[in-house]
Amino acid sequence: MNFSELKVLRPDLAFIAHWIKPQAQVLDVGCGDGVMLDYLQSDKQCSGYGIEIADDKVLACATRGVNVIQQDMENGLGMFEDNAFDTVMCLSSLQMMKHVEPLLRDIARVGQEAIVSFPNFGYWPHRTALLRGKMPVSKSLPYEWYDTPNVRCATIYDFSDLANEVGLNVLECVALHEGKPVTWLPNLRGSLAVFRLRKK
Amino acid sequence: MSSSPGSVGIVTPQAFQFDEPLALQNGTSIAGYTLMVETYGSLNADKSNAVLICHALNASHHVAGVYADQPKNLGWWDNMVGPGKPVDTNLFFVIGVNNLGSCFGSTGPMHTNPATGKPYGADFPVVTVEDWVNAQARLADRLGIQQFAAVMGGSLGGMQALAWSILYPDRLRHCVVVASTPKLSAQNIAFNDVARQAILTDPDFHGGDFYAHGVVPRRGLRVARMIGHITYLSDDDMAEKFGRDLKGGDYQFGYGVDFEIESYLRYQGDKFSDYFDANTYLLITKALDYFDPARHTGGDLSKALAHTRARFLLASFTTDWRFSPERSREIVKALVSNKRTVSYAEIDAPHGHDAFLLDDSRYLNLIAAYYRRIDAELQAELLGAAA
Repeated sequence: MNFSELKVLRPDLAFIAHWIKPQAQVLDVGCGDGVMLDYLQSDKQCSGYGIEIADDKVLACATRGVNVIQQDMENGLGMFEDNAFDTVMCLSSLQMMKHVEPLLRDIARVGQEAIVSFPNFGYWPHRTALLRGKMPVSKSLPYEWYDTPNVRCATIYDFSDLANEVGLNVLECVALHEGKPVTWLPNLRGSLAVFRLRKK
Repeated sequence: MSSSPGSVGIVTPQAFQFDEPLALQNGTSIAGYTLMVETYGSLNADKSNAVLICHALNASHHVAGVYADQPKNLGWWDNMVGPGKPVDTNLFFVIGVNNLGSCFGSTGPMHTNPATGKPYGADFPVVTVEDWVNAQARLADRLGIQQFAAVMGGSLGGMQALAWSILYPDRLRHCVVVASTPKLSAQNIAFNDVARQAILTDPDFHGGDFYAHGVVPRRGLRVARMIGHITYLSDDDMAEKFGRDLKGGDYQFGYGVDFEIESYLRYQGDKFSDYFDANTYLLITKALDYFDPARHTGGDLSKALAHTRARFLLASFTTDWRFSPERSREIVKALVSNKRTVSYAEIDAPHGHDAFLLDDSRYLNLIAAYYRRIDAELQAELLGAAA
């Protein structure tokens, strides 16, 4: 998979990919169908592993020839040694976690750098939904309150505090919308929060 | 030719004779020996598409297909190996080999010991997983296969695949280990010893020389199989299949068969004692007990796997309490710490240890996807070599 293919398929991942150095050892926590790892190993000669729990996605990873380890992210990263990875990614998964803080501490333990993304609850349509008295349902949060897998709702500001708390410095914080960075009023206009973090 | 769609059809085992003595881990050697082998599919010109399938405790070289004179004797992994099946014999040359000491034609305890002129019996050397792998490597030499596309096995077969990756790191591209373990637990060994004691204390065992007495320690074999069988199934699976169902509709107030589960286990035990050799059961359970590649690295599995070069696929089943997912995760962790290429699937199947032999689409699709990648990789290399 090359960059233009990734950009068509997942513009958000294409934006994030430039933060990862060629030949890096990477871990993708909640790797889904393995598209990011597929790109990183074929275009950037990276190596590493994905973690995924869903059977169909594990199969998709195997079909792509991406290393995948089937496990529940809630069980942490005990499989991996300290500082085993140059970059640990946790992309659009954190909001589904019950144990967010222990997972972030584990991410900081096994990686030098981390890239974390999650749907920004502060995105303006979410705010207007709440102003109207309803829980937000949008392209980035496409579920009803009673069936959503997203059990954690955070804004860009909220996450910075927790990152510091678990021993991660924020190197960059970007709000994306449709895969493009939003510079003016990011916490209002960005639907996806993306953090580039480094271990303190 | 084929007996059903996707079957390799009628197969014929071949005997391979080896005259050069094979040094064994116990310090002795075995003078000359025969290995029974079946192959499916065809070996390509550069001999790169061979897949070795290693068998578990009670299986054999008969991996797939049927025999002309035994149309119901289906290979033990026929759902895995065949044309269009996960290990696709249209793409791969698949080899099944019966291990030394087994009782399906390869040299074993029932054969004549050239040193005494009598059956080996209990004197057959206690062979190990590593000994089997060394014997399999000689078979590979004989077939002109320098490197397997994959070595694969479930349970004890998975141990052999893992041992291949350690003993012959350059001779396999991929190592597929299903429902296996890096070593037996105390509980696993305990079950094995109960099974062995059942055989060893059967009056018909005669110290392993029962052949000369014209008897078979059937009672011991039955109990051994019954206890083994319990460890292959999950509690839930047994509850669903048998529950507390009664054979005769009511309690019999005796020691015959009351419950369906009793009937089932006794039937399995009887069937097993008809075809399995008691000495083979003893030595294969010992091979299981002794397997522990980290024994020589101070218990550090990561060190034991440091020189492996294969790419790995591991799979386990959530309800397998014989070799639980935790055991597979130990192997994965050790491989990850060596930065090996490894994927791991933990399949939520209800059937316990036996799940590795059964049809589960998540499991079979995963293996199929993995083998398609292996084939693509071989094709790409062939094209590269031609260019």
